[in-house]
Amino acid sequence: MTRLIYDGTFEGLLTAVFEVYDRKLIQVNLQKNGNANSAMFEDVLQIITDDIRANRVLKGLNQKLSANGVQRIYIAHLSEMENEENNILGYIRYAFDSKQNIEDNYGNKYVLRISEIVRMMRREKHRMEAFIRFQKLKDETYYAGIEPDFNVLPLLIKHFKSRYADQKWMIYDIKRNYGLYYDLHDVEFVSMEFSSVNSPGKVVAAFGEDEETYQHLWKNYFKSVDIASRKNTKLHVRHIPKRYWKHLTEKI
Amino acid sequence: MALNAFKTSNILIPQSSTYYQNKLLIILVFLIDMNVDRITEKLNILADAAKYDVSCASSGSKRKNENKGLGNASNGICHSYTEDGRCVSLLKILLTNHCIFDCAYCVSRKSNDIKRAAFTVQEVVDLTINFYRRNYIEGLFLSSGIFKDADYTMERLVMIAKKLRTENNFNGYIHLKSIPGASDELMREAGLYADRLSVNLEMPTEAGLKLLAPDKNRQDMIDPMTFLNKEIIQRTEEKKLFKKAPMFAPAGQSTQVIIGATPENDQQILNTANHFYKNFNLKRVYYSGYVPVLADKRLPGLNTAVPMVRENRLYQADWLMRFYGFKVNEIVNNQQPLLDLDIDPKLGWAIRNMQAFPIDINKADLQLILRVPGIGVQSAQKIVSARKFARLNWDQLKKIGVAINRAKYFITCKSNDFERRDLTGTKIKQFILAESQSKYLKNVQNQLSIF
Repeated sequence: MTRLIYDGTFEGLLTAVFEVYDRKLIQVNLQKNGNANSAMFEDVLQIITDDIRANRVLKGLNQKLSANGVQRIYIAHLSEMENEENNILGYIRYAFDSKQNIEDNYGNKYVLRISEIVRMMRREKHRMEAFIRFQKLKDETYYAGIEPDFNVLPLLIKHFKSRYADQKWMIYDIKRNYGLYYDLHDVEFVSMEFSSVNSPGKVVAAFGEDEETYQHLWKNYFKSVDIASRKNTKLHVRHIPKRYWKHLTEKI
Repeated sequence: MALNAFKTSNILIPQSSTYYQNKLLIILVFLIDMNVDRITEKLNILADAAKYDVSCASSGSKRKNENKGLGNASNGICHSYTEDGRCVSLLKILLTNHCIFDCAYCVSRKSNDIKRAAFTVQEVVDLTINFYRRNYIEGLFLSSGIFKDADYTMERLVMIAKKLRTENNFNGYIHLKSIPGASDELMREAGLYADRLSVNLEMPTEAGLKLLAPDKNRQDMIDPMTFLNKEIIQRTEEKKLFKKAPMFAPAGQSTQVIIGATPENDQQILNTANHFYKNFNLKRVYYSGYVPVLADKRLPGLNTAVPMVRENRLYQADWLMRFYGFKVNEIVNNQQPLLDLDIDPKLGWAIRNMQAFPIDINKADLQLILRVPGIGVQSAQKIVSARKFARLNWDQLKKIGVAINRAKYFITCKSNDFERRDLTGTKIKQFILAESQSKYLKNVQNQLSIF
């Protein structure tokens, strides 16, 4: 058994795949830096991320899988779920070792596990597309703070850029302390001083003049559309789990 | 008068004097405050009156955001959920709840003593744009009580859609109600700006409508549907030839029927739905369990429970017709005019047709796999993809997402373990019910065959 330790980046993961084939390793255990538990009688190999090697692996994957199949690997990697690296690695090795495209073989445990992770990621991405609540600030920027279960910000760019093309906006992941900022032309990743994001009071002080009016109207609307005789709290909470409430204007 | 809200934008501030500017500003702020209160009240009244329209779909369109405008419409997103668990996707309001009709089932009926209100065109536009920019909604669902006459009302609905599209470059979703009796010309214009149009049939049969809405005429509802259907077909043909041809109601038409206010059985309701799916290319038929809002001897009493289970079973049957390849008379027929309330209609069909089972999951056609209780569309497709590589066993089926506790009575797979007993449908139903913890189980009574 060889333990491979990589830096947690996608390129690092692909470099690890390169090493597996280069060194003809059979039994491996892939782990992120810092998560590594040491065991006796193990070879340890520190992976040094190498863009050229990573690109060769990516090129190979593009020959074995459809664009969608490669995309799944990237999404699964973004999930940052602990100890799933070996399933991602298993999926990649299965893809390389098979003659045909294997991405629809749901009978295979790696394909199935990756499709489960991708489903969780897509659900979280979809939830963010639904639950993000922009607040208009004085400088006409629409700001939203979020705390998604997984790292889905990179997956949100396309949707929000094409939808809100004529307004400046920022979506900030408070948990992971980075965000997206759209300046009417491009989307870029930004990072702020932690204290300035974390206090809702500062955001409220920066509200544009009609912001509170529309929040008030939205809360009222939300109350008015409820039909009390059909109340179904269980269903309600299943659709909007409580952990999302603190960023939802209508639930605050 | 309620129809005219304050138009603050009409007040001009003289540029020369700061003193007057300040004074005017104070008055302005006061006016805006009053305006907010008034709009809040209107929103409460007109959202409350619109909520019994159950449609909140915002999918099926393919409107893109062009020229850096605002918004797009494609797959539909539920931005929130009410406490009764329904999706909130659109700003769903009435333009006004003033109405010249007196339909027994409707809160806004003429003879009902309630507060009336009306939005101005600009107010609806502002609310839509500002809610949309904050990512609260996918777009607007605008309906209205009939004031003056059909054309007058329809004209105002169209005016709002036009303003959103042309003046505000808004590409979000717009669903307009087609007002029964409105002219073809207006309906054509509506189709150019809206993504979806709908006419509510209200009652599943003409007799039901006559009983509860004596002023309304079913033919008036069918006319705009027929017109739009023809127009949509024609425009789709044109669009195939000329890419630049304008979109026309890209998300099609839908309708709604109220369930449980009149004595129609499920067979009649589903046959009506089927008729409209087939002949009018409807995208959706909505079934709205009647919520008792008014005391009227023609209607179920005010303490009657909302028929939520029946509504749910009707939706399940509707899905079977649209996505699972079932014919309407396989679900309900003269021997079986009512849907079971304790089990879903797919399981119901399966236990009445035990001769079709068991099927071999590794060989059967997709169409047959779709008929197995416990297997949904996605699982069925995954099974068909995966079995090309190797035959599947129970464990794999379970992981793919099949509900084994239901499906196991109807299928075989790569395993020696399968249901060998020759069980009757009734027995299987008992086993499945004993194992499952249906959310409905505790208050199920089956429907009486006599109303």
